[in-house]
Parts: sequence; C-alpha cells; structure tokens
Amino acid sequence: MDFNFVKEYIPHYIEAAGLTIRIAAIGISLSILLGLLCSIIRYFRIPILHRAVGIYIELSRNTPLLIQLFFLYFGLPKIGVVLSSEACAIIGLVFLGGSYMAEAFRSGLESIANSQIEAGLSLGLTKGQVISYIVLPQAISISIPAFSANVIFLIKETSVFSAVALVDLMNVAKDLIGLYYKTDESLLMLVSSYLIILLPISIVFTLIERRLRHAGFGN
Amino acid sequence: MKSSEKLVEIKNLRKKFEATTVLEDISIDIHQGEVVVLLGPSGCGKSTLLRCINGLENIQGGVIILEGEKLNEQTKRIHLVRQKIGMVFQSYDLFPHMTVLENIILGPCKAQKRAKKEVVKEAEELLLRVGLFDKKDVYPRQLSGGQKQRVAIVRALCMHPKLMLFDEVTAALDPEMVREVLDVMLKLAKDGTTMIIVTHEMQFAKAIADRIIFLDHGKIVEESEPNVFFSSPRTERAKQFLNLFEFDAI
Repeated sequence: MDFNFVKEYIPHYIEAAGLTIRIAAIGISLSILLGLLCSIIRYFRIPILHRAVGIYIELSRNTPLLIQLFFLYFGLPKIGVVLSSEACAIIGLVFLGGSYMAEAFRSGLESIANSQIEAGLSLGLTKGQVISYIVLPQAISISIPAFSANVIFLIKETSVFSAVALVDLMNVAKDLIGLYYKTDESLLMLVSSYLIILLPISIVFTLIERRLRHAGFGN
Repeated sequence: MKSSEKLVEIKNLRKKFEATTVLEDISIDIHQGEVVVLLGPSGCGKSTLLRCINGLENIQGGVIILEGEKLNEQTKRIHLVRQKIGMVFQSYDLFPHMTVLENIILGPCKAQKRAKKEVVKEAEELLLRVGLFDKKDVYPRQLSGGQKQRVAIVRALCMHPKLMLFDEVTAALDPEMVREVLDVMLKLAKDGTTMIIVTHEMQFAKAIADRIIFLDHGKIVEESEPNVFFSSPRTERAKQFLNLFEFDAI
C-alpha cells in the first residue's frame, strides 16, 4: 500500500466528493419535490395526471439508471438535444428518485385515515389546508424510514455518473487505476469517500427514526 | 330553550349510495336552541343524515338550508358553511401530531383567521370548563377516550358554531367515561346550544332532547317529545325498538 500516493491524490477525491455531494443534494431535493407532487396526484386521483404519473412511476422504477443516463447523454443529441454531463446526471437522478420518493410518500398518505380528513373538513378548513396541516405532517413522518432508505440509495446510485463523463468519485478512481495501476490505493480511497459521505447521513436518519418511534403519536 | 327561528331546514332529503337508498324523503326543521336526538337501529341512516348536514356526503334530492343558505355538493364555499357547524365523531379524530391546544386552535386560527392570542385564551377557558386545562400541552395519545372526546367537543366549540352535531360520541367509550362526556353535552344544552345528537344512550336522550326523531330504513317513522316517545310511542316499530332496552321485557 503506497500511502504517499494516497496522500497525493486525496485532494482529487475531495474535489470529486464535492461534485458528488452537490449533484446528490440538488437531485435528491428535486426528487423530493417531484415525489411529493406525484404522490399527491396519485392519492387524490386527479384525472389524467393520475394516469400520467402512474406511467412515469412504472417507467422510472423498471429501467436502470445507467440506461436512463445513456438515453439522456447519447440518445438525445441524435434529435438535437445536447445536455452537459452535469445536467444529464441531475435529470437522471430526479427521474429515478422522483418515483421512489412518490411511492414512499404515497404509503404515508395512504396510512392517514379518511376520518382525519373529515375531521379537518368539518372544522371548516379548505382541502388545501387539510392537506398541509393534517395530512402531510403525519404522512411525512410515517414515510421517514422509506424516505431515508431512498436518500441513501440515490446517493449510492450517483456512482454510475462516471458513465456520462462526469468527474465524480468513481471516475477519479477509475482514472487513477488506469493511469498508475494503483488499484488497491484508489479503491480504498473510493470506498472510504462513500463511507465518509453516507455514514453520517445514515446515523442521522437512524436517530430521527428512533425519536419518531418513541414519540410515535398514534391515536 | 327553543325559539321560533329556524336554524336548519331539511326538505325532502334523499341520499343514495349507488343503488341503495339510505335516506328517503326526510324533512326536519330545527330551531335555534333546540336539541334534537336521532334514534333508530343501526343502519337506519341517522349517522348519514348528520354527515349530509355537514356536507360530508352529497345528496341526491331535496335541500338542506342553514340560516337561509342552501347547502349541497354544488356549494362552492362549503368550507365557510362548515365553519358554522361543529361536528364530533365517534372515533374522536383528534390530530395525533398536535397537542390538545394545537388541535383546538387550528380551526379558529387557520379557517377563521382569528388572532392566535385571543383563540388560545378562549381555548384555555373552554378546557377549564370541561376539566382538562392541565392537559392542554399533552398529545392525544396520552389521554383517555373520555378525555379525547371532551377535547374534540372543545375543538368544535371554539369555532363558535351555530349548530353542533354529535355522531355516537360515547359509543366507543368505557361506561364511566360515558358520563363525563354526556355531562359536558348536558351543560351545552343548558346554555342553549343547538344540537343534533345521534346516540344509543336512551336515558340520556330522554334527559337532553327537546324532540326525538325515530328513523328506520332511511325514513322518519316517528317524531315526538321525549316524554311521549319513551312512555307511549305511537308506532309499533318504535315500541319494538324501545323494548330492546328493557331487560324485564325479555
């Protein structure tokens, strides 16, 4: 194990980690918004949109991210749409993440009894107020475990972005292996980088889940 | 208690769930300050009638008029009409993610846009009246059934409703908790609150009602003052029904 090599190339990993984190943060935030929107459309069975969202969810969940990225990066330019690596990565992540988030939120929404909605309506609240004050807060805290699993899953999925020439962690490691044959060192740094990013997130989610379970409101 | 002013008018109400008719030709006038108790066997449509009055069910015929305002599925601003009607459910349906106080002030603050300070003060006074002031900051899961139901009543009252609807509010409670909830309702009746109550507590119905309406198979079978209804019901169906509550009759 060549530790001088490790030391020398740590800055490359840090830079790539920054990119990975940035893309993950943007992509996951947008996934959450898209997921919320889709889950609400599905839950209230809004005509037409309800169908469209159903098709989107099936399409997104049943195709690999890598193929989705290839389509965006290599396929779209054929019809004149050229996107940067970063744009492809973010769009791909949101396309995948949106459907997973939608399913997580939907399970939360569906666990809210109809009588809760009626209790809110009978107080004279509008439908929108019932959703934002009564349904969503409960649904979101119920979907936290599925939600946190999705966040971690999506961060790990960013490792395929090197396929669209994005200089992320995976790409740096592959480059170093190709250039210097320092396979052990490069892979060690790669694994460590992902662990350093993911472990704290994992721990925070575990703590949140534990707190929610203790507070577990239930009627 | 009752005045001559009509608060609610129901005319020829008809309610269907797909092919089944649940309510047929129901006409009732309810006056300001009146307490009306709906009695009848399970499935006779009494809960559905309450839900129709609150616009939670659409109706297939007839009209419901509250203070001169027509209320039906076409009413665009149904939430404004509902602000005048308080409803308490069998299953309490407090919001589990909010404290008792938050449950109570949600409607007044968000639906009626009243000032929070004033609402909190009123909520606390109401909680004091039902003996739950010390529970204002706890979550619903920490309350007994009877306490939850009293909070649910306060939650509805804090909206200053013109009309209160009670849908079998003691049906899920232990016997000793039934009393604490019924006492609150008796107090309300005394204060002149207009109420429509669905209950299976016959003694309570007798004590609180100004008028009993007996429903069966979605129709009004008998309508009379409680004394008359309980001592000498006019219809055979009502007699049969009341006999169910007399154990020496078996």
